[in-house]
Amino acid sequence: MMRIIDGNEAVALAAKLARVKVISAYPITPQTTVVEKLAEYISNGELDAEFIKVESEHSAMSACIGAAATGVRAFTATSSQGLLLMSEMLYVASGLRLPIVMTNANRSVSAPLSIWCDQQDSMTVRDSGWIQLYCENNQEILDTTIQAFRIAEELLLPVMVCYDGYILSHTLEPVDCPEQSEVDAFLPEYHYPYALDPEKPVTMGPVGVPEYYMEFRYLLQKAVQESKAKIVEIDHEFKKRFGRGYGILEEYRSDDAEVVILTMGSLSSSCKEIVDSLRQRGEKVGLVKLKSFRPFPTEEIIEALGRAKAVAVVEKDISLGHAGGLFIDTAAAFVNTREAPLMINFICGLAGRDVTSALLEQAVRETQRAAETGRVEKKIRWLGLQEKLVEE
Amino acid sequence: MKLKPGAVITEPGNSEKYETGGWRTFCPSVDPAKCTGCGLCWLFCPEAAISKGKPPKIDLRYCKGCGICANECPVKAITMKEGCRQ
Repeated sequence: MMRIIDGNEAVALAAKLARVKVISAYPITPQTTVVEKLAEYISNGELDAEFIKVESEHSAMSACIGAAATGVRAFTATSSQGLLLMSEMLYVASGLRLPIVMTNANRSVSAPLSIWCDQQDSMTVRDSGWIQLYCENNQEILDTTIQAFRIAEELLLPVMVCYDGYILSHTLEPVDCPEQSEVDAFLPEYHYPYALDPEKPVTMGPVGVPEYYMEFRYLLQKAVQESKAKIVEIDHEFKKRFGRGYGILEEYRSDDAEVVILTMGSLSSSCKEIVDSLRQRGEKVGLVKLKSFRPFPTEEIIEALGRAKAVAVVEKDISLGHAGGLFIDTAAAFVNTREAPLMINFICGLAGRDVTSALLEQAVRETQRAAETGRVEKKIRWLGLQEKLVEE
Repeated sequence: MKLKPGAVITEPGNSEKYETGGWRTFCPSVDPAKCTGCGLCWLFCPEAAISKGKPPKIDLRYCKGCGICANECPVKAITMKEGCRQ
């Protein structure tokens, strides 16, 4: 059924359709209306689940870890500082291989205090062993969240679904909402093979002595790295059932493109418009929208970008003292290959700064210049920066 | 041995398979002439690595070399020495 809902409701609806049994969340800022909606579903009897209100996001993730370990489907949602406060427990969740699903409305981190959109929060925890999937629109949020439970549970890995704060989280869009019976057929009941049970005692979270710790990290790395195939497989099945699929990345008019934009999340939509308008003028420009940031699809990235002369990596985050996270990883993907395209990193849209068509076109123009001259003058560019305010 | 995902241990009481002797820096050495067989070392050993007897038998597969036995021995029959291995 088609409905007009915001990104947060798309998440809540997906969690409801997934029949989550435990929701543990911190209910105050920087929380979104996701958990408000879920609390409403529980109170009016639409969802049979336990809602645990906690005093911090650290506790929210801790409660999800406990719940998932007892063998029930656990879910939480967060954002910004909340995700950072949770970060210690993120590593515990992945280390214990508990298939928790969490959605994160991408928002900036303090200071200065800000609650607007950028992707600094999830970028900061990219090393935590969580699968990270980024969404372009509200339909993709709903579909990805449903898929996330299958991915998590088949691989015993936690999955973080990321979507841009405000731009998607608080913006209404038409979303095709599947029926409960359709989701039930796609998503089997939760089963955790080592669920806590007094009849079958197990030890969870033992000491990882030097003789074994490395092996467990190796196995975790292998699991996240190899999750790519499962993500694609589950997406294929989803597409067969629901008619919508997203892949691990999307190549948009990039086949013969000389200049390709690489980005994640809602910026992809803005970039598609720019690509279309430049294509109308006969310019060979394309887009690659990366959905799965972890696992990072190195081979697919090389395949998708390797044909271009120059790539504009446009992102809303920065690893301070180096470059944007997406840029760093994309550059690393091309190490030891012969034909790497030139790359420029465009940092933009921090804390809700508008990324206009004019700015995106400017990024394309600079990248085209690099493609023509074969030279990159400045590797990292701040798009839309008010130069006058930062001049010495 | 196959490692389980998330380091879950599904076999209760399997810590005896983990030999902690490798942690040891100092090694207890018993002087049988001094030992009275009182059993205090057996009682105090936190690893249960000592069997009662005169002299007691120390299982070096598990002895971490903590030195509690030497400290508790009322007749100083146990001394901690560097370098001894299994």
